Amino acid sequence: MIRVFLPYHLRTLAQCDAEVKIDVEPPCTAANLIDALERTYPSLRGAILELESRQRRPKIRFFACKEDISHAAMDKPLPEGIVNGDEPFMIVGAISGG
Amino acid sequence: MSKIRILVGTRKGAFIITADAQRKNWQIDGPHFGGWEIYHVAGSPVNPNRIYASQTSDWFGQIIQRSDDGGKTWQQPGTPPGEPEPSQDDPPAQSNKFAYDISEDTGKPLTTHQWYDGTPHPWEFKRVWHLEPCHSDVDVVYAGVEDAALFRSSDGGENWSELAGLRGHSTGMEWQPGAGGMCLHTILLDKNFPERLYVAISAAGAFRSDDCGETWRTITNGLVSDYIPDPTGEIGHCVHRLGMHPSNPDVIYMQKHWDVMRSDDRGDNWHEVSGNLPSDFGFPIAVHAHEPSTIYVIPIKSDSEHYPPEGKLRVYRSRGGGNEWEALTNGLPQRDCYVNVLRDAMAIDTLDECGIYFGTTGGQIYCSPDSGDNWTTVTANLPAVLSVEVQTLG
Repeated sequence: MIRVFLPYHLRTLAQCDAEVKIDVEPPCTAANLIDALERTYPSLRGAILELESRQRRPKIRFFACKEDISHAAMDKPLPEGIVNGDEPFMIVGAISGG
Repeated sequence: MSKIRILVGTRKGAFIITADAQRKNWQIDGPHFGGWEIYHVAGSPVNPNRIYASQTSDWFGQIIQRSDDGGKTWQQPGTPPGEPEPSQDDPPAQSNKFAYDISEDTGKPLTTHQWYDGTPHPWEFKRVWHLEPCHSDVDVVYAGVEDAALFRSSDGGENWSELAGLRGHSTGMEWQPGAGGMCLHTILLDKNFPERLYVAISAAGAFRSDDCGETWRTITNGLVSDYIPDPTGEIGHCVHRLGMHPSNPDVIYMQKHWDVMRSDDRGDNWHEVSGNLPSDFGFPIAVHAHEPSTIYVIPIKSDSEHYPPEGKLRVYRSRGGGNEWEALTNGLPQRDCYVNVLRDAMAIDTLDECGIYFGTTGGQIYCSPDSGDNWTTVTANLPAVLSVEVQTLG
């Protein structure tokens, strides 16, 4: 199971905890992980990646094993620490006041 | 006994406020969708327990929410909460997909409008400003969006398609945004003539369709905006809000940036009815439930201050369809008040003694249970109020 950490607004949207566990079909990439997350929590569809383009929303970033992988290819395999469940894949909203 | 339900959209969630017909003891339920911007919450005239909400975020995009039990529970249309997709073969509802029509079928695959500096700018969906449920079909609802376009759903918000004839108007590529963005913020449906729709766009102007939204015409003849390059042009007027009474649908009222206007011929021609108002600016305009010629505005100081003149929060009422206005102040703050009242933040109930409601950017909701003569504070400390709608139940 892959661990995924969600920002507050996505937790309220999906009505789930801060960290969820999902099955991701191999290869374990960011693209496959988001697909699996959206299948498990359909209310998140379009809230992380743009609906049509499947591009990451500009104010969202992805972190894996403490590294910013926001700009890495979505089909690049995720680090071993994510695949074996040691670390959560972190979906982070840009920090802004208001 | 009748009951009143106020639907409030704020910068940080939605609130549902209820009271009996006395309109004295209010129960506040919320926040729903706490932390999210709720641009508009609107109930169906067919089934008041069907309520739609526009939930939006610069981070996470547009969400449409729907309740079928008067706001107790909500779901994204077609996406029950907590349930995974039934199967990959079953196409999911796309309640948050607002895709501009760029097909050749429209004859005009519009790709740009004008940016603030006059350069071409691509149409980019940002958010739903306004939801307008149909008078006759509970599953039909219209959405006015930024960048300005009109969408329609016929399945309760599960899927949306653009009425592309509006952007296909010959002026579409010349539309420019107002200060708040290029938003389609007002949708009027004429329930006596279901084929007729009106929309208003900041800062393109006002438009009418007489064929269910297939084709559109500008309705700006008589509008004057002295501070734009062509003060009497076909487009470019910053219309803030339109109002209409269902028993007299040929008469349309308009609050725009610079002046309150009236048309007696469905928008074909306009004349100014600002009269003795203390400013030429404001956002909402509303019509009394039982008196088609009694209208309400809330003057605001502009061009840039956007708070009440003299720090006095005053609703102005005209019983003659404009020109002569009386200030309604009893119960409203008359000193040191510097809030704004946004375009979707005033509403009217339909009780015999008509109630008037509005919300402020300071988080206050005010109610007058007697057509504006006296005002009470429903609640004083909500987040900044973006929209107010009222349902008269029972």
